[in-house]
Amino acid sequence: MDSNLDGNSSGLNELKTSLRNVLRSPTWRAVLFWLLPAAFLGYFFYQPLVALFTLFISPQGGIVLGTLNPGQIWDPLWFTVAQAALSTLLTLAIGLPGAWLFTHFTFPGKGLLKVLTTLPFILPTVVVAAGFNALLGPKGWINLALMALFNLDGPPIQFLNTLGAILIAHIFYNTTIVIRVVSNAWSQQNIRLRQAAMALGASPWRTFKEVTLPLLRPSILAATLLVFLFDFTSFGVVLMLGGPGYATLEVEIYIQALHLLNLPLASVLSILQLVCTLLITVGHNRLTRQRGLVLVPRAQAIGARKPKNPWERVMVALMVLSLISLLIAPLAALALRSIIKLEPSRGERGQVERGFTLQFYRELSINRRNSLFYVPPIAAAGNSFIFAAVTILITLSLGTLVAYALRQRTAINTVLDPLLMLPLGASAITLGLGFIIVFNQPPFSNFSFPILMPIAHSLVALPFIVRTLSPALQSIPESLRNAARALGASPWRVWREIDLPLLSPALIVSTIFALTISLGEFGASSFLSRPDYPTLPIAIFRYLSQPGALNYGQAMAMSTILMLVCAGGIFLIERIQIHSKDET
Amino acid sequence: MLTVENIEKAYEGEPLLNKVSFTVEEDETVCLLGPSGSGKSTLLRIIAGLEEPEGGEVFWNDEPLGNTPAHQRQFGLMFQDYALFPHRNVSENIAFGLRMQKRSEDDIRARVRDALATINMGAFAERKVTELSGGEQQRVALARALAPEPRLLMLDEPLGALDRTLREQLSRELRRLLRETRVPAIYVTHDQEEAFAIADRLLLLHDGVILQSGKPHEFYHQPRNVWVAQFFGLGNLVQGEVISQSPLKVTTPLGVIQARCDRDAPAVGEKASLLFRPTQACPEAEVCPNRITGKVFDEVFQGENYRLTLHINDEVPLFNILLPEPAPMDATITIGYRAQHVLCLENGSHSA
Repeated sequence: MDSNLDGNSSGLNELKTSLRNVLRSPTWRAVLFWLLPAAFLGYFFYQPLVALFTLFISPQGGIVLGTLNPGQIWDPLWFTVAQAALSTLLTLAIGLPGAWLFTHFTFPGKGLLKVLTTLPFILPTVVVAAGFNALLGPKGWINLALMALFNLDGPPIQFLNTLGAILIAHIFYNTTIVIRVVSNAWSQQNIRLRQAAMALGASPWRTFKEVTLPLLRPSILAATLLVFLFDFTSFGVVLMLGGPGYATLEVEIYIQALHLLNLPLASVLSILQLVCTLLITVGHNRLTRQRGLVLVPRAQAIGARKPKNPWERVMVALMVLSLISLLIAPLAALALRSIIKLEPSRGERGQVERGFTLQFYRELSINRRNSLFYVPPIAAAGNSFIFAAVTILITLSLGTLVAYALRQRTAINTVLDPLLMLPLGASAITLGLGFIIVFNQPPFSNFSFPILMPIAHSLVALPFIVRTLSPALQSIPESLRNAARALGASPWRVWREIDLPLLSPALIVSTIFALTISLGEFGASSFLSRPDYPTLPIAIFRYLSQPGALNYGQAMAMSTILMLVCAGGIFLIERIQIHSKDET
Repeated sequence: MLTVENIEKAYEGEPLLNKVSFTVEEDETVCLLGPSGSGKSTLLRIIAGLEEPEGGEVFWNDEPLGNTPAHQRQFGLMFQDYALFPHRNVSENIAFGLRMQKRSEDDIRARVRDALATINMGAFAERKVTELSGGEQQRVALARALAPEPRLLMLDEPLGALDRTLREQLSRELRRLLRETRVPAIYVTHDQEEAFAIADRLLLLHDGVILQSGKPHEFYHQPRNVWVAQFFGLGNLVQGEVISQSPLKVTTPLGVIQARCDRDAPAVGEKASLLFRPTQACPEAEVCPNRITGKVFDEVFQGENYRLTLHINDEVPLFNILLPEPAPMDATITIGYRAQHVLCLENGSHSA
């Protein structure tokens, strides 16, 4: 009996020791951390992706491919590339001078402008589309003002459904990327390099050409590729501002899948799109890895100063004005349009009280259609926030696990890390398409799409969350944990006392990211939403495309709410980052 | 050659350089010495033309340089962080200034080869500068600054980023190179040993003015005021009030002390500071007019000597001396100072 018991307990001890040994190996620890995130990605991302490919190579796909008019593929591809290239060029034309401005000068309102430049990062496409609509659309400020001034019957400026509208919205979105990336690299450039060149006899122009520019080139290229990628995968802007005349790959996939129900063609286009974005992403990663060239001790960064001579002053004033009008005008137009009535609602022709009104906001809680399938717009906000809460829960838990997995020094990370980042390359449209192909059958049905919504949002948000959490985790010195351990803290205690407090700013930032991404997500949502479960962006899209001043006003009101929530989020993020900088 | 006249510059509203003037002669290495934040590097950049002074002027052979931009001054400048161009290799870095002078390809190649040979780095021509060690970077930076044959070389803490052994070795090399090339040089440092080793002449910059200038040994033997004595760590400083001019007598917390003064002795009733060098403490107190009694507080063996720290009283709690023999801890001992070994100094406005 005794010996038997001993054997048992020693067996248990052996098990414990071997378990501990397993946990000591970084590879096994990484595997444990990866388990849940990998299962999630495998089931919800790679399964739909594989389904897309299967459809592509299936006999059905073959038939479609065989009967395909090449123009059906080449036309959207050509337009996608052309508009992306044009948008990128225009964005650089504004962004590079902007980067110069931000690097070299201080001016009144710089802080405000800096906050403003972060806005486009998180503003949902529907909000931006609604903003430009409120500014330049047929019911927008400028057209209504011109009509009132010159007694015109129709809007004089045709902005919606033009290429110009797409380009301007893209510039709005991406100028700040160029400014951020380039000005960041520029201001970190060691000013001594330039001074050394001058002391060696190089004129200012020569110094720029031989030193500043070559050192800036990687960051300019990186920004260019990033902007091109965003323009290439642009969906909401093209759909809402470009109208039926212009279809990028993304819009074409959406139309083929949801309106024409041609899933095989949609999957062909999806795969084409995926290949293109992957190529661009790989190029971008190559470039960013090359950077971080010199880390000299006590490098002297470039300091910003006040503009000195008249020429500089004029340039700075011009840049500031154009940036502010580009960034503020559509958003201000949107917010004002939501509280000011400018045209009669249906049925109240004639006497209209123009002016301040909260009617559009009040109407949000009323279901005018009295339809079972249409819910009051405020319900859309409720749905959006519930989806966002679930998204936060999913992405934060999975993101933290991945961050810990990536911290282990093991070869499997080099394989798994890119696999995790692939959802970044795959567009939300591809994701949505994959979802309706795979999950439109048992155990799911199209009634379960509301459940899938936060999952889709999580897949879109996860790469951003991991990119936020992982560096924060890596930056915690191991010596802190060792010190805590030496002072008697158990592993769990170490995590609670060291990791968690030091991670918390990154966790808050991640929460805000997840919140704003989920609230604003439009591409995948447009595939998964059902009339009785709309999200805010879907509801805005619907109301914008319906006639009537009331619908228009309600779209403006909802967009304004969404904009304020996102702006509040980015404001918080900025504050947290400043705060944590003070602490170190 | 170089004349710097009444240079003024403020930093964030505070005056940093307050009418600084000095000259650099042919073949001369002038060391600009001062604590960090004293404006040494700013002064260098003003001379180089990389920053504008708010007042004053820089002259080269009596020609004002105010309207000559940096790239036309032909002054070499070597930075503390070397500022090697990371996108160019070693040769290309050295060739940069020569290319700006529009020299021929062959000439440039030959000069780069020579420069590499001078710094013993012939094998490094095609290396990336980011792959070099700190000492190698320093030598390449020096070669790059010297290659275009500047009419003045300025070095901003050129050894500051290196560790001690490397510093001593490179300091010797630098001295050799400066002597061989005979280029007038301004060498900025905060390290007095480095300054003593390199300089023909020393300028001590403090609070925006040149506090003292001269040969290195003059600073040691004739510090101009209390601040200079403190900066060089020359010894114990004790404050007192003059009670007699000749012989000079000062009443201090150590009692009445007889002292020497190299300038005009201060008037009776004025405050003065006395410098007692630890090495000049005399164990045979009875032969000296000044006697100091204290309790041994600390004792450190330093090879040839013992460094003793005495506690004298509440006003002079610590007093350092060097003696050939040790003394037991807590023992009360008396040492002496000859009158010529106690130096009376101006208090200056900067006694810290």
